[in-house]
Amino acid sequence: MIRVENLSKSFGPKLAVDGVSFEVGKGEVLGFLGPNGAGKSTTMRMITGFIPSSAGAVSVCGLDVQENPIEVKRRIGYLPEAAPSYTEMSVLSFLKFAAEMRGLRGEERRNAIRRVVGLCHLESVLGQTIDTLSKGFRHRTCLAQALIHDPEVLILDEPTDGLDPNQKHEVRTLIREMGASKAIIFSTHILEEVEAACTRAIIIDRGRIVANGTPAELKARAPSGKLEDFFRSITRSDVQTEAAA
Amino acid sequence: MRNHWAAIGTIVKRELAAYFESPVAYVFLVIFLLLAGFFTFAFGGFFERGEASLAAFFNWLPWLFLFLVPAAGMRLWSEERRLGTIELLLTMPVADWQAIVGKFLASWLFLVVALVLSFPIVVTVNVLGDPDNGVIASGYVGAALLAGAYLAISCMTSALTRNQVIAFILAVVLCLLLILVGFSPLTDLLARWASPWLVEAVAKFSVLTHYDGFQKGVLDSRDLLYFLSVMAFALFATGVVIRNHRAG
Repeated sequence: MIRVENLSKSFGPKLAVDGVSFEVGKGEVLGFLGPNGAGKSTTMRMITGFIPSSAGAVSVCGLDVQENPIEVKRRIGYLPEAAPSYTEMSVLSFLKFAAEMRGLRGEERRNAIRRVVGLCHLESVLGQTIDTLSKGFRHRTCLAQALIHDPEVLILDEPTDGLDPNQKHEVRTLIREMGASKAIIFSTHILEEVEAACTRAIIIDRGRIVANGTPAELKARAPSGKLEDFFRSITRSDVQTEAAA
Repeated sequence: MRNHWAAIGTIVKRELAAYFESPVAYVFLVIFLLLAGFFTFAFGGFFERGEASLAAFFNWLPWLFLFLVPAAGMRLWSEERRLGTIELLLTMPVADWQAIVGKFLASWLFLVVALVLSFPIVVTVNVLGDPDNGVIASGYVGAALLAGAYLAISCMTSALTRNQVIAFILAVVLCLLLILVGFSPLTDLLARWASPWLVEAVAKFSVLTHYDGFQKGVLDSRDLLYFLSVMAFALFATGVVIRNHRAG
């Protein structure tokens, strides 16, 4: 469903993503791992069509992102990093807006909103201004927006960032459940999340893919059998990168 | 095509709601009406003119709008950039131009509402005298077009930065430039050392030159074309700015 081929992005002289290729099929949940600044968000932004790529191609459901941006966007639900939303709106009017932008009207819109409000547990805050919500609720409001059109493809940039352990667990469970019928990519810093929710994981470092396999496979590659040790052995912290430069 | 307009309509609705759900709209409307009334009756010589017209009101509008329109437009894109919602908006199934036009139309509509709310001045003139209401109507058309031109420029400066203050100041400076090239005290001064045809050619780019036609009750297609071109150009530039911002 998602095919990324030799994708590259440079910002001026800096190469943020360097020849990344992978595929995600239906029923797969791909965990996107890597240190800060490795190029995770940039890659996701290119898949969603928010930023153009410098080289390479992305296709979603067989459609090229550059050639058919609108059709591709219809099929993707996207949770950007830091879960932005129009903070002066109420949760309900924000979701109505998202639904209408996705072409849902009348009864369809009402049902879609009811569904995502249930999934993301927003019943108690529907009438509240997003400004006044806690971080967890804001985050779930933005997640609800990504799910409103029941997309075939989900791109979630750090969906559990800033949530408490209970909320993290819920979001992970939600991702795993939805993964059965969709193609999902989500990025995270939390390694146990990969084991809990992913069918496959990619580790990216300084714009390049350094590992690609099931969580069990990746774990087996560290002598200690721990994902964390494997992660640390193949990626560099920004301190090390600085020193090398 | 229907889908294009549906998406634009949704954006217009959201933007208008954003104005009226915050105090911005009410503060803006009250300040605009107070200042418009103040300028019309205190400085415009509304009564001293001895004529039943809205000239006192319309003469001050280019200067009043110079500050108020950029204030209404400065948040359009810079707020999206600051909150990060630009990433949400532009990953929804809309083209950039739809988002740009939708946001612009919503704010323009809001400014037109502000203009319409100045109707008590029209009523006053009609009660006190016997004005030419055709001239007044064409004056309002000119005012709406002027607001649209300023607003499109504010859209453009707003897309340039996530800082609303910078967006505001840039818009005021650009709009002021568009006034000054046709502002007669200045053009008269320039005409002393520059050839008159040059001064006149430059003045053709001024909003005042084209705005004045409407105030005389003349609906000239060239004036209309001028304002529409300024809007189209500024909105097109907005699109270029947003595309460059995304490309990094």
